[in-house]
Formats: sequence, structure tokens, C-alpha cells
Amino acid sequence: MRILGIDSSGLVASVAIWEDDVIIGEYTTNFKKTHSQTLLPMLDELKHMIELDMETIDAIAVAGGPGSFTGLRIGSATAKGLGLALNVPIISVPTVEALAYNLWGAAADVCPLMDARRNQTYTGVYRFENGEMKTITPQCAVDVGEILDAINQEGRSVIFLGDGVPVFAEQIKEQCRVPYTFAPAHMNRQNAAALCARAREYFLAERIETAAAHRPDYLRLSQAERERLERQEGQA
Amino acid sequence: MRNKDIRILAIESSCDETAAAVVVNGRQILSNVISTQIPLHTLYGGVVPEIASRKHIERINQVIEQALEEASCTLDDIDAIGVTYGPGLVGALLVGLSAAKAICFAKDIPLIGVHHIEGHICANYIQDVTLEPPFVCLVVSGGHTHLVRVKDYGEYEILGRTRDDAAGEAFDKVARAIGLGYPGGPKIEQKAKEGNPNAIPFPVAKVADGPYDFSFSGLKSAVLNYMNVAQMKGESVNEADIAASFQKAVIDALTGHARRAIHEFGVDKFAIAGGVASNGTLRAAMEQMCREEGVSFYHPDPILCTDNAAMIGAAAYYEYISGRRDGWDLNAIPNLSLGQR
Repeated sequence: MRILGIDSSGLVASVAIWEDDVIIGEYTTNFKKTHSQTLLPMLDELKHMIELDMETIDAIAVAGGPGSFTGLRIGSATAKGLGLALNVPIISVPTVEALAYNLWGAAADVCPLMDARRNQTYTGVYRFENGEMKTITPQCAVDVGEILDAINQEGRSVIFLGDGVPVFAEQIKEQCRVPYTFAPAHMNRQNAAALCARAREYFLAERIETAAAHRPDYLRLSQAERERLERQEGQA
Repeated sequence: MRNKDIRILAIESSCDETAAAVVVNGRQILSNVISTQIPLHTLYGGVVPEIASRKHIERINQVIEQALEEASCTLDDIDAIGVTYGPGLVGALLVGLSAAKAICFAKDIPLIGVHHIEGHICANYIQDVTLEPPFVCLVVSGGHTHLVRVKDYGEYEILGRTRDDAAGEAFDKVARAIGLGYPGGPKIEQKAKEGNPNAIPFPVAKVADGPYDFSFSGLKSAVLNYMNVAQMKGESVNEADIAASFQKAVIDALTGHARRAIHEFGVDKFAIAGGVASNGTLRAAMEQMCREEGVSFYHPDPILCTDNAAMIGAAAYYEYISGRRDGWDLNAIPNLSLGQR
């Protein structure tokens, strides 16, 4: 079985091919170019390097959100196009969960922090027990203080990772009262290989969708929708 | 002589319509599917880019699959995919473009990026299969007002464009001001039927250094000003007269520039295109002008005036036979200029 994984939820662009419990190819960049310019050229290079026949792909895994709205849509639309053309399903893995899966087997709790702007973070808390990933706090968009409160409440040591770490380091230092560390460079950003490995578990659990039905989970309304709701609530 | 028909799958998502079509040899429509978001954006009084982008991603596969099905085609019958890559809303463009690129990549099909305005112009090739360049074309829509000299297939010279509001944008803004709502074009046209186009002499600014350029923001301000003055005096206004007089001012400007271009370049064919080209009053005025000038007049049916993918398929066909192909790094360009490659 082969799963093609795509993560373009943040600044990182990452593609990987999972084949029967081995990653046979992986290409990750963390550069300012738009995903529209990087993602497919990267996949094309990978395809040539490992002589991949696209028709042998069984499923497309994609970081299903949250993340940069545009980045998510480039990844989703790419996955949907591939799914349509190859007639294969999509495995939409929550972005924060895929990020946490980078640290599979960690003894401490894992807390990805994505910079969600507006002083918020896309985050969650995950724990590995007996080789399985448990969700302690499902992914959400919150003020960083809120997730630090939850971590303090749990009272267990924690590993932070993600592009929110440099943004919120000061606040972590001030407010985190449990032992904590920051994940090192090779596992502290989105990575399609980890996404594929997590997607494999989703696939076994039949948590798949058609390419037509797939859409990103932004965890946030658009600004216009939010403001409209606020106006309606104000009138009510 | 070509011995094989060329089938293009075309995809368009530059604004608030998700569209896909299958077109043969740039002229014959096998399918033309349009999923509009207009009712959704009506809640906000105009197109909200983030909402448009989100809707596109929810609809894109269904629209493409429907276009293939209605054309009785599979991707294996498709020779190339043409997709709009600008101008337009960048988030919206990226959905259709990313999907198109992925399909081309997976099936090893040539990818051809198409300019949205060139697509509008090429709608005329579908409407009248005998039409060939050279001709002059006026493209008028919610986002664009361009007077274009079409020298050959894929060869365009912009004679003039709007310096501020697009014609359709002016319709939207005036419709809002007189309480008609969105989208403004059809609502103004309807209201204008009850009014006197000569009731109020609204001025249209001339652009001193651009004989073919347009400026509609002054006209919009004149309408707003007229209403403010009436309100201050406590007088009621006749919305139908405002709609009719405003519409006449826009049409006078458009026909005037078109007539000048026909004279200067000595063409015997003139075409209109774009969403506002489905305005019946504009079409009638252009038709009369062309009759007076003794040139043939071309205009697409309303379904080909609105944003659609068939027109993108027509434009892509001429790019295809000219040998142009795009790479996997093709990006959306929100302010792509006409003729830019």
C-alpha cells in the first residue's frame, strides 16, 4: 500500500510517500516561496527520484487544518485534484495531531504550538501510551495562556514544538509551571512523513473521505462571517 | 489540417463562480458547468474573498466531475487542462489552479494557464464560430473595463482601461446607494426600464492623457451627490430616473470609446464580453453604434458573458495549438496584465 502525504498548513512545504511502514521518499522545505510554487515541483522531483508511478498511490493524506487559510487550501485543492484524477480517497489528518506525531513515543506530553496570529495559537495536548497516541486536549484555537493553564492543571512535563514556540517562548517561560523542553530542529515543524504515519492509522480505522467531500477544517470563521455573527448577537 | 479534435478541460475560479467545462477545438461546448456563490455573498453586499475561497474548495471537484460527465468524457479523453491563473482574487484563483495542476500532474496532461480577460474575449469564438481576429473587443465586468485590440489569436493590445472603478463596480455601488442591493448590474437595468435616461445629466469624466481610458468613480460620486443634495432639500428622488440616467452615462462613455477605436484602427468587427455585456440596454446601444459604423457586432449569450469555464477552454485551445505549456510552479497572479506570459 502507498500513501502520498502533503502538508502545506504553515511555512513548511512537505511531501512524502509511505509504503508498507517505510517512508520511501520525503521532501521538506521551510522557505518563503508560496506553496503554489513549491509543492508540485517538489512532488515532481520526488516522483522522478523514486520512479514513482502515480497510479500506484492508494490514498492521499493531507494536513486537514488548522493552519494558514491559503496554505491549507493549496494543500487541500492539490489533494482533491490528485484524488479526483487517481480515483483514491483522502485521509484528512488534523494538523496539530500530525505535528505531535513527530514526537511519537515521547515520555512527556506533547504540545504543538502554531502561530495563529491575533495573539492566539492552534494547539492541543497529546500523550503516547503503549504505542498509541491519546488526545488530552483536542486541537483548538485559543490564547496561549489558556493552553498553558491546561498543561499546568495536568501537572506533567511537556515538550513544545511548532512555529509558535519562538513566538510564545517568553510567555511559556513566565507561565508554565511544569518541566518543559522544546523539540529539536529535525522534529519541530510540520512533516509529511509523520503525517503519512498518522494517516495510516486513520486509514485502518476507515477514517477516510472522498476527494469531492474533503474540505479543510479552519477552526475559525472568516472575518466577515465572524463580524456578521457579532452584529446579529448585538441586535439579539 | 488537423486530423484529431482537441478536447480541453477548463477550470475557472477567479471570483465568485466555481466553473468547469469541456470544449472541443476552442469553439464547441460539450459541457459548461457554473456553480455560483452570488446568494451567499448577497448577505455581505459584495464578494468576500475568504468566503469565496472556502466555497470554491467545497465545490471544485463536483463541478469538474459534472463537466466531464455532461461531456461524456473521462480525463483520458482530455488533451490539456486550461485554468484561470489571473487576474482575480488570489485565494479563489489558487483553488482552481491547484486542483488543475494536481490533475495534470497525476494524469500527465499538459497544463495551460489562461488570462481571465482573454477568456472573456474568447467567449465570442464560441458564440460565433466564424469570428476570427483582428477585431476590437470591449470587456466590461464587475472587476474589469478594458478596450482591447485583438490582433491575432493570443495577441492583444490594451487600448484603454478604467483608471478607478470598473463599470460593473460602479453599477454595484450606485445600486447600493439607491437601495437596490447586490448584484447591481441586473437590478439597475431593471429599474432603469421605468425611468427617463435623460432626466439627470450625470457627467462622465474624460481621462486627459488616455483617450481610450475610462473613469467611473466621478460618475458614482455625482449620483451620491445628487441624492445628498435632494435629501438636504427634503426632496424625494426618482430612483428609476437615477438608474436610467446613470446607466445612460456609462453606456455613452463605453460606446463613445468603442466608436473611436473602430475609426482609428479601421476594423470591420467589434465584440463585447464580460458580465456587464449581458446588459440588454448596453447591447442594444452597441449594436446600433456598429450599424451606424457599418461593422459587424458580436456579443456572447448571457451564459458566456458571466464568469464561465467554456471561455477559458476557448482561450486555452489557441494557446495549446501555439505550443505553450506551463510548469508545475505556475502561480496565481492576482493582477496579471493582459498579454503577460
